[in-house]
Amino acid sequence: MKALGFAIPLAIFVALAIFFAVGLTRDPREVPSPFIDKPAPSFKLEQLHEASRAFAPEDMKGKVWLLNVWASWCVSCRVEHPLLVEMSKKNVVPIVGLNYKDRREDGVAWLTKFGNPYSLSAYDVDGRVGIDYGVYGVPETFVIDKMGVIRYKQIGPITQEALDATILPLIKKLSA
Amino acid sequence: MIPELGHFALVVALALAAAQAILPLVGAATGRGALMATARPIAAGQFIFVVGAFAALASCFVGNDFSVANVANNSNSTLPAHYRFAATWGSHEGSMLLWTLMLASWTFLVSIFSRHLPERMIARVLGVMGLVSMGFLLFMLLTSNPFDRMLPPAEEGRDLNPLLQDPGMVIHPPMLYMGYVGFSVAFAFALAALIEGRLDAAWARWSRPWTTAAWCFLTIGIALGSGWAYYELGWGGWWFWDPVENASFMPWLAGTALIHSLAVTEKRGTFRSWTVLLAIVAFSLSLVGTFLVRSGVLTSVHAFATDPRRGVFILLFLVVVIGGSLALFAWRAPKVGLGGGFAPVSRESMLLANNVLLTVALTAVMLGTLYPLFLDALNLGKISVGPPYFDTVFYPLMAPAIFLMAVGPVASWKQAALPDLWTRLRWALGAALVASILVPLVAGRFSVGKLLALWLAFWVVFAGAVQVWQRLKSAPQAGTWAKVCAQPLAWWGMTFAHLGIAVFILGVTLVRGYETEQDLRMSPGQKVEIGGYEFTFVGTREVPGPNYTAVQGEVQVRRPGSTAIVETMRPEKRTYHASGQTMTEADIDTGFTRDLYVSLGEPVGDGAWGVRIYHKPFVDWIWGGAFIMALGGFLAICDRRYRLRKAAVAAQAGLAAGGAKA
Repeated sequence: MKALGFAIPLAIFVALAIFFAVGLTRDPREVPSPFIDKPAPSFKLEQLHEASRAFAPEDMKGKVWLLNVWASWCVSCRVEHPLLVEMSKKNVVPIVGLNYKDRREDGVAWLTKFGNPYSLSAYDVDGRVGIDYGVYGVPETFVIDKMGVIRYKQIGPITQEALDATILPLIKKLSA
Repeated sequence: MIPELGHFALVVALALAAAQAILPLVGAATGRGALMATARPIAAGQFIFVVGAFAALASCFVGNDFSVANVANNSNSTLPAHYRFAATWGSHEGSMLLWTLMLASWTFLVSIFSRHLPERMIARVLGVMGLVSMGFLLFMLLTSNPFDRMLPPAEEGRDLNPLLQDPGMVIHPPMLYMGYVGFSVAFAFALAALIEGRLDAAWARWSRPWTTAAWCFLTIGIALGSGWAYYELGWGGWWFWDPVENASFMPWLAGTALIHSLAVTEKRGTFRSWTVLLAIVAFSLSLVGTFLVRSGVLTSVHAFATDPRRGVFILLFLVVVIGGSLALFAWRAPKVGLGGGFAPVSRESMLLANNVLLTVALTAVMLGTLYPLFLDALNLGKISVGPPYFDTVFYPLMAPAIFLMAVGPVASWKQAALPDLWTRLRWALGAALVASILVPLVAGRFSVGKLLALWLAFWVVFAGAVQVWQRLKSAPQAGTWAKVCAQPLAWWGMTFAHLGIAVFILGVTLVRGYETEQDLRMSPGQKVEIGGYEFTFVGTREVPGPNYTAVQGEVQVRRPGSTAIVETMRPEKRTYHASGQTMTEADIDTGFTRDLYVSLGEPVGDGAWGVRIYHKPFVDWIWGGAFIMALGGFLAICDRRYRLRKAAVAAQAGLAAGGAKA
């Protein structure tokens, strides 16, 4: 059947379309982070509010905690901020901020204006720690367990959905 | 108020696009002249409303209306005015509107410059374009309205992505989209011909100038994008085989094949169904390109707006448009016939080989681009295919195509004699060989790949020169200029376009083979010699910009042993206030035979900086070649025979009758 030959392009396209359809259900940004299930990289930084005091992840040993990368210049941080504030009021877990590539006075003013959900913020002025943690956009949030191992990484703002479906159940499991 | 007017204009445009799709197509199917005649005025109306919507969005951007979410997310009051205007298409929503504007413009142009076409044909062409436009307008209104308000309004915008704050970015997207969307004309002509069941030389002649125009814009668009990557990304690379680049390159390959296939269909009445298929494929790939970039199916450094919900809409749209047209092709194409035959050595056979090679190359690029997607869909893991794959696959396929490109124009239609080709081209063959050996001898480095690439480039140049010389020699006119003018512009256009390819290959080969790249740690006062120049790093200072602060380095360039400064180069590292993003702004000293490229890396303490210094011989020939190709295309469009309408239509009617018999 010669006429069938003319249907080959259509057949190829149908196959492609099926692959596209399957591809749509995948999240390409869900690149498995090399940091998951690895110990959180160590660092020692000044605190945002008190430059004389330092913070190191080792201080949190024995607790489940969140490390939230934020900056005053970051607009999406404002989106997730109310969720963090609410979480801190409920005292779910300690939230440590990593104030990323920011000016100290801007960061402090921003927290005064929008509320401070952080038990403390480490001040990463040149973004070195951010690089160690593989941060490629602000905000990002890490869930770290009692042994200091990263168990989850949220790229982009925390959403109510991500909080209810993933982060809170994970925290519950880790705290048990 | 203006955003609401813009939104309203989009809704009206959607209604008009629907009318433009339905009325003329129904009219053409039922033979009702009144319905067919609605196509042109409706197309004009749609054009006006889309322009209105675009103007509304542009005025929101220029006027800093931060109550519009799109403006608040992609502009800033400190952004210079011309970038605020360009920011209109800097976002996903805006670029969709730009796409629609381009489509409406092409439709409007077709409706103006088609007075000589049969009423039924033009009704179908405009109807198909209306359908496509309807899809895009619906997409915008349903999933990505550029006029969405935000409450409360932002006090200040988030600023345009600093990567896009660049003169190249102001014109790159419009050019690229002109090209992408321009293939919709060839597509609409192909579908109209399939519906009509009439695929002849006249049809090919109508489609040709439109297709060539689209191809020219696409060529320029791709070249601008590549040039932008070269000076803006700060690595000195000009092509990365990135999915988004491939998305624009695939329609270009299909379009190139289409131009050549159309030529055969017009001159010889052959390759008909193949030409129609290529027309469908070229536009389909433009749509797939949009899909790949916009939907989040593939990740890439460029993908600045990814949203799966939009992806679902685009996928449905693709299935309707591409699946529908390919089904139409499967149904109607067997009836259009094959046209005249040709000998194994003839211009047709070479153009056929060119088409096959271009299509295989296209398939290879497509495989490389989609391979990660296939693997992911089959749960085999996430991987990405890099330049090594593309380099190994693409160059061997292109080499024979380029060899034939030089022979094809010399060969005669239907049947050519090999001995005759040999006598006419042997000098070109020899001269190319000599030149390609001389260059590495002078430059000092030698490799088989370089030799072959250089030989191909020189082969194209000399074979072209031989052809021009022979053609002018045999022309009956008296003076040289008269001889030059007597040749059809289409022929000159082809010659230029092929020369452009040669220039491009020279640029690519020489820069790959002979560039010097150095990443150095330089303290103030330190000197380094690269590519026959001495670079002195003087130091850095802070320079304020309109919406950024820059650290500006100063590098003096001298000839070794001389004190005279050839050039003072000032690369910058900019930190944009609104986003906090840092951008590398390389300083490039452009020359005919070489570029000097200096960019700042990171500070390494004590006033010392990481500095990248590149010497890139003939790199600008890459883009020069592309512009010569586009120039050739524009020359071809200006050919007289596309303007001699009445006479042409009559002649074509005769030819068509003859073609039908064959």
